[in-house]
Amino acid sequence: MPSKLVERTMRTKRLPHIWCPGCGHGILMRDVCQAIENLGLEKEKVCIVSGIGCSSRAAGYMNYNTLHTTHGRAIAFATGIKMAKPELHVIVITGDGDATAIGGNHLIHAARRNIDLTVVVFNNSIYGMTGGQFSPTTPTGEKGTTAPYGNIDGDFDIPKLAEAAGATYTARCDCYHVPQAVKLIEEGIRNKGFSVIEGVSICPTYYGRKNKKGNAVQMMHWQADNCIDIKKAEKMSPEELEGKIILGEMSRKELPEYTELYDKIIEKAGGKK
Amino acid sequence: MAEKQARFQLLQGNEACVEGAIAAGMRFYAGYPITPSTEIAERSAVRLPQVGGKFMQMEDEIAGIAAALGASVAGMKAMTATSGPGFSLKQENIGYATIAEIPIVIVDVMRSGPSTGLPTSPSQGDVMQAKWGTHGDHPVIAISPCSVQDTYNQTVRAFNLAERFRTPVILLMDEIVGHMREGCELIPTEELEIHNRNTRMIQSMPYALGEGQYVPHMTSFGDGNLYNITGLFHDESGFPTNNNQIAGMENARLMEKIKVYKYSGILEYEEEEMEDAEIGIVCYGGTTRAVQEAIRMAREDGYKVGMFRPVTIWPFPEYELVNRAKQLKRLIVVEHNYGQILLTVQGIIKGDTKVEFIGKVDGTTIRPDEIYDKITDEEE
Amino acid sequence: MAKEQLRFTGSGGQGVILGTIIIAEAAYMDGKNVVQSQSYGPEARGGMCKAEAIIDQDKITYTKVTDPTLLLSLTQISFNKYVKDIHRNTVIIVDDSINVPQRVKEKQEVISLPIIHSAKEIIKNPMASNIISVGAVNEALKLASEKSLEAAVLNHVPKGTEELNVRAMKLGAELVKIYRGEIKPEAKKESTVRKKEA
Repeated sequence: MPSKLVERTMRTKRLPHIWCPGCGHGILMRDVCQAIENLGLEKEKVCIVSGIGCSSRAAGYMNYNTLHTTHGRAIAFATGIKMAKPELHVIVITGDGDATAIGGNHLIHAARRNIDLTVVVFNNSIYGMTGGQFSPTTPTGEKGTTAPYGNIDGDFDIPKLAEAAGATYTARCDCYHVPQAVKLIEEGIRNKGFSVIEGVSICPTYYGRKNKKGNAVQMMHWQADNCIDIKKAEKMSPEELEGKIILGEMSRKELPEYTELYDKIIEKAGGKK
Repeated sequence: MAEKQARFQLLQGNEACVEGAIAAGMRFYAGYPITPSTEIAERSAVRLPQVGGKFMQMEDEIAGIAAALGASVAGMKAMTATSGPGFSLKQENIGYATIAEIPIVIVDVMRSGPSTGLPTSPSQGDVMQAKWGTHGDHPVIAISPCSVQDTYNQTVRAFNLAERFRTPVILLMDEIVGHMREGCELIPTEELEIHNRNTRMIQSMPYALGEGQYVPHMTSFGDGNLYNITGLFHDESGFPTNNNQIAGMENARLMEKIKVYKYSGILEYEEEEMEDAEIGIVCYGGTTRAVQEAIRMAREDGYKVGMFRPVTIWPFPEYELVNRAKQLKRLIVVEHNYGQILLTVQGIIKGDTKVEFIGKVDGTTIRPDEIYDKITDEEE
Repeated sequence: MAKEQLRFTGSGGQGVILGTIIIAEAAYMDGKNVVQSQSYGPEARGGMCKAEAIIDQDKITYTKVTDPTLLLSLTQISFNKYVKDIHRNTVIIVDDSINVPQRVKEKQEVISLPIIHSAKEIIKNPMASNIISVGAVNEALKLASEKSLEAAVLNHVPKGTEELNVRAMKLGAELVKIYRGEIKPEAKKESTVRKKEA
């Protein structure tokens, strides 16, 4: 029996989803739906745009206007939708590879424009759909099928990357601390500008197994113990913070929003709005 | 203030493309600067906000087509333009537009060479890329205009075909037509035949078909019908399927819809001086003009020579050319490449007509005298 | 009128491209068929520059100049390059700083005018040499009515320079008339008959 929330916000006929048992993506997808509900957004005005990968299958399960695009390009497609209909709430669901590797250029440039999109990155630190290759967020030293001797690449801090590129709201949440995740996504949607929320996910099948992180339950316990709220983290020493993941709102700033700026261009050019 | 546009203007082909697009209803353009198509972006940047539309210079070529597709999904007629290197980059999303059935016009102003090549020199080297560029089996509509006025008219037609058949339409221009200036009549929207996508969803299913139809209707995001669009093979409901039967049928329908409607506005070709011709010349786009001049020269000397110009290159007017070739002793294909349309012509022309070729790939234009020499030299 | 094939040459930044656009636009306003094209690429950004216009009462087929009926050169280097393509009765209009070999002068009408000098000294704007050229070419070949030419000039020059450019256009026509002996230079425009140095 699906919950009331699932019934209201998801395409129950499409369930069960294709994700592996223990995958964190289902929790994050539910968080996004809960955030949309909490904000009382009209479903007809919500667009979910996704790319390719495990994360991006979410769009198909969510009962909104949903666009499942090509690998890495979700933010660029979403930009077109937002420009055509600025009244829509456009939410991008993407993965770590989708958003920061093949689609990294779109991520930083959408941030630079501060266009009103909310990007939720389901970060499982691995390419799941293709079977466990290392991604730009696989921690240095850890393993993937294409990093059999350990990953020598550096790894991205997604909120920092987005903030530096110009995003006006950045945050990080995880799968364990659900109420906080919902709140952070809500704030991202509410922000009139480019928002990036990293959702630290769990991939027991590939990332977990390759790196001996235990089963899904153990990985969830790890998140419970090691994902620390930013306020609590402020009181901790660097030694105590070693190996921890910090959750919460990472940055916020006020900048003019792109579609509003473009309306002024139309005015300047003498075109009707 | 937006100034009222004069009806007759001296315009570059690239500029006429933008004016035709706006007249056809384009209200969104996204692209990336690239020679020799940049004037399309530049004029769009000026003109779109004047008509309440929007222009975006994106971070790369891929984002250009992706944003245009996004805008189209939300109900705006959209276009992107590029040249060779950018056309290569856009290929994946052309395939996406094909399978998801999203109307869009992609302009490729062809330039010389693989890779960076000769950026400002004429070429018609992307003809086969327009047909086969994106992976997988797929149909394609590609149109090649031969003058500034033709560019205006054909851009309007490209939008109409994209909307009617929910398909990407490639406007295959070349540097010759894109950069030259000619007089152009900016026929206003009210005087044009304009097609818009049918937005009434059938049986609440985004990819359901009406009785005897091949093209599903398309409601815009935000207009009240919640549905899914994907680049995976999908069923009528728009959701991905691994059912091989459905996937096979869907792929077949995509191919069929272009075939079935070939004679409902997709196909267009033009003939000149063909009635009594014994020698035919096949050409398209920028080379047309040199061919016309060569025909004039050769006719003065008594050669019975005429021109067959596919305006719609893909699908190619095969039946029409085969039919015409029955009266011809020789058929000369003239194009700025190593023989791309030539391949198609050789594939369909059987029998006694001798197929010959003039190709040029050094970045200079094929001159009328070169064609004239071919017409007159081979006389047996 | 017969088919006119104009080739304007000079160095990048002299506005020879704009010159051909203005002439073509003016002729188009008068109901003629026109095609204008230009060389692109690095050479259009400072090096040698070439632009062409074809004007014809009849439909124009081939869009490139094959047989120029007019060559305009504003620099020696561009003259040297493009004089090789001259055939038949090409009218040559050059800035008077350009050395035209005697053999060319014998075969063709060469109209040598103080274009660059007049732009600097009379119009007081070196940028005006292209508009002077436009006026001169139009006077020499009678391509478009003065009214259309003026309208085309005004379509393309920056705001605030309209008066200056219309003067430049008229001066170009006048220079040709003076050169052909159709009018006498006015005293105040003495500099238009500047003696060639060296």
